[in-house]
Amino acid sequence: MKKLINDPADVVTESVEGFGLAHPDVVHVRTDPLYVTRAGGPRTGKVGLVSGGGSGHEPLHAGFVGVGMLDAAVPGAMFTSPVPDAITPALQAADGGAGVVAIVKNYTGDVMNFELGAEIAEAEGVTVRTVLVNDDVAVEDSTWTAGRRGVAGTLCVEKIAGAAAERGDDLDAVVAVAEKVVANVRSMGVALTACTVPHAGRPSFDLADDEIEIGIGIHGEPGRHRVPMAPADAVTEQLLTPVVEDLRLGDGESVLLFVNGMGGTPLSELYVVYRHARRLLEERGVTVTRSLVGSYVTSLEMQGASVTVLRLDDELTALWDAPVRTTALHW
Amino acid sequence: MGQDGVPDGTAEGGGSSVTTLDVTWAQAWTRAAAQVVAEHRDELVELDRQIGDGDHGENLHRGFTAVLAKLDGLTEPPGQVGDVLKLVATTLMSTVGGAAGPLYGTAFLRAAKVTATERLDAAGVVAMLEAALEGIVVRGKASPGEKTMVDAWTPAVHAAVEAADGGAEPAAVLAAAATAAEEGAVATDPLVATKGRASYLGERSAGHRDPGAASSALLLRAAAEAAA
Repeated sequence: MKKLINDPADVVTESVEGFGLAHPDVVHVRTDPLYVTRAGGPRTGKVGLVSGGGSGHEPLHAGFVGVGMLDAAVPGAMFTSPVPDAITPALQAADGGAGVVAIVKNYTGDVMNFELGAEIAEAEGVTVRTVLVNDDVAVEDSTWTAGRRGVAGTLCVEKIAGAAAERGDDLDAVVAVAEKVVANVRSMGVALTACTVPHAGRPSFDLADDEIEIGIGIHGEPGRHRVPMAPADAVTEQLLTPVVEDLRLGDGESVLLFVNGMGGTPLSELYVVYRHARRLLEERGVTVTRSLVGSYVTSLEMQGASVTVLRLDDELTALWDAPVRTTALHW
Repeated sequence: MGQDGVPDGTAEGGGSSVTTLDVTWAQAWTRAAAQVVAEHRDELVELDRQIGDGDHGENLHRGFTAVLAKLDGLTEPPGQVGDVLKLVATTLMSTVGGAAGPLYGTAFLRAAKVTATERLDAAGVVAMLEAALEGIVVRGKASPGEKTMVDAWTPAVHAAVEAADGGAEPAAVLAAAATAAEEGAVATDPLVATKGRASYLGERSAGHRDPGAASSALLLRAAAEAAA
C-alpha cells in the first residue's frame, strides 16, 4: 500500500483540516467533533441542509458545502458513518430557525446514526426532516435487502434541494423538492479495481485482472455480479440500460446525464463513457439537456465509474442551473 | 477474575460458587471485551471484508479503546453494574460509527437500564441479556435468520433463560449464553443476508460468517470469562 498519509488513524481529521485551511472563504472546519459548516454560518430564515457519511468519497459531502448547496457536512471515519455526537451539533449549526433537512444516503449505519443525531437535535429544539437517497438500481430486490443504496444521485439531491432552500422555500417545500429528485434519479456503478482503506492496508475486495464488478456501492463493498472486462461501450450499456428501464424513461423526455468517476479513473475515460451513454439515450428519444462529468462521489482510489440519470422538468432544471458556490461545484 | 463472591445460604460446595455478579465484574467484562476485540481486530476486519466493507474490527477496536480510556479516567468508582454498562454504551455510540455503533450502543444502554443495581443474580443476568437483544432489534429492525448480530443474541438469550430456569449461577448463565452465541454466529455461515450491508451481495453472502454475530459472540464470551 502506497498512500500519502501519516498515521492511518489521523487521515480523515488531517485531510478535513487541510480542506478548511485551503478554503476559508467557503467553509469553516470544526474538530472534536468533526464537522464542516459554511463560512459565515447559517442564514436566518433559510432552511438548513446537512449531509454526511463515511469519508473516502470526497468531494462528497464537505466539497458541497457552500452557497446554493449544503450548510453543513459531517465526515465519518473512512467508509464509516459519522456518530451522533458530530451529527447533532452539525444539525444545530445549520439551523437558521426555519428547520433543517438531513440528506442521508440509504446505508444502514448512516440511517441509524442520523436517526439518533436527529432525535437529540430535536430534543434541543431543532426541527429536523430526513430525506433518504436510494438511487442505486444495482440493488434489485429491496424486500430482501436493506433497500437501495444512496450513491452518486446524492449530488443531484444536494444541489437541487440546496437551490430550493437558497431561494427561500420553506421546510416542507425543500423536503418535497428533495423527494422529487430522489423519485427521479437512478444510478449504476462499476468497479475495475478495488480500493484500499488506509487502516485496513489491503484492498476491500478481490477482483481478478480480467474481471469487473457491476453494481458496486460507494463504500468499497462488492456488487451484484462479476463479468469479464469489456470495451467501454459495452460496459456503459450495462450501466445505463437498468437505469433507463428503472426510470421508465420515454420518448421525448429530458434528462441530466451525470457520469461520475470512482476516484482512480481518468477524466478521458469518463468522457468515453459519457459519449456512449448519451448516444444510447438519444437512440431512445431521450434528450440530454444538462450534463456533469467528473469524480464527485468517489471510493478512494477505486477505478470505475457510475452513470446517473435524473429526469428533468422546468422546475428541476431551473434549480440545477441556480448559482452554486462550493469547492467542488461552482457556477 | 474480578467477581465478588457472596455465598448465600443455599450455595453448596463452598467458596467457589458465586450467586451474584457486581460492579467489579462489569468492569472486568469491559476490560476483557476490549482485550478480545483488540486480539480479534484483524479477524473481524477480514470477515467484514468478505461481505461488507471491512471496517468492523477497526471500528470496534477504536470504540473499546475509548471505553478503556474512559474507565481509567473515572475519578470515582462506579457504584452500580448499570453505571459501567452506560459508560460503555455512550462511548461506543459516540466513537464507533457505522451500524455497529448505534446497535451496540443501544444494546448496552438498554442493558444498563435494567442493571441499576449493585448485584446481579441469575435472573438479573437474563434480564440484562434480554434488554440488550431488545435494543438491537429496536435499532436495527432485524429478525432472526437475516444474518445479523440478532442471530447470535437470540440463541444466547434462550440459552440464558434455560440455564437460569435450571438453577444455574450467573457465571454459568453467561457461559451458556456465550456458547449459544458462538453457535449462532457459526450458523450464520450458510445464510443469505437480508439486512445490513451484506444484503447487497444477495446469494453471494452465503458461505461467510456475519461479522456482527461474530463480534457479539466474542463480547458474550468475555462476559462469561470475567465471571468465571
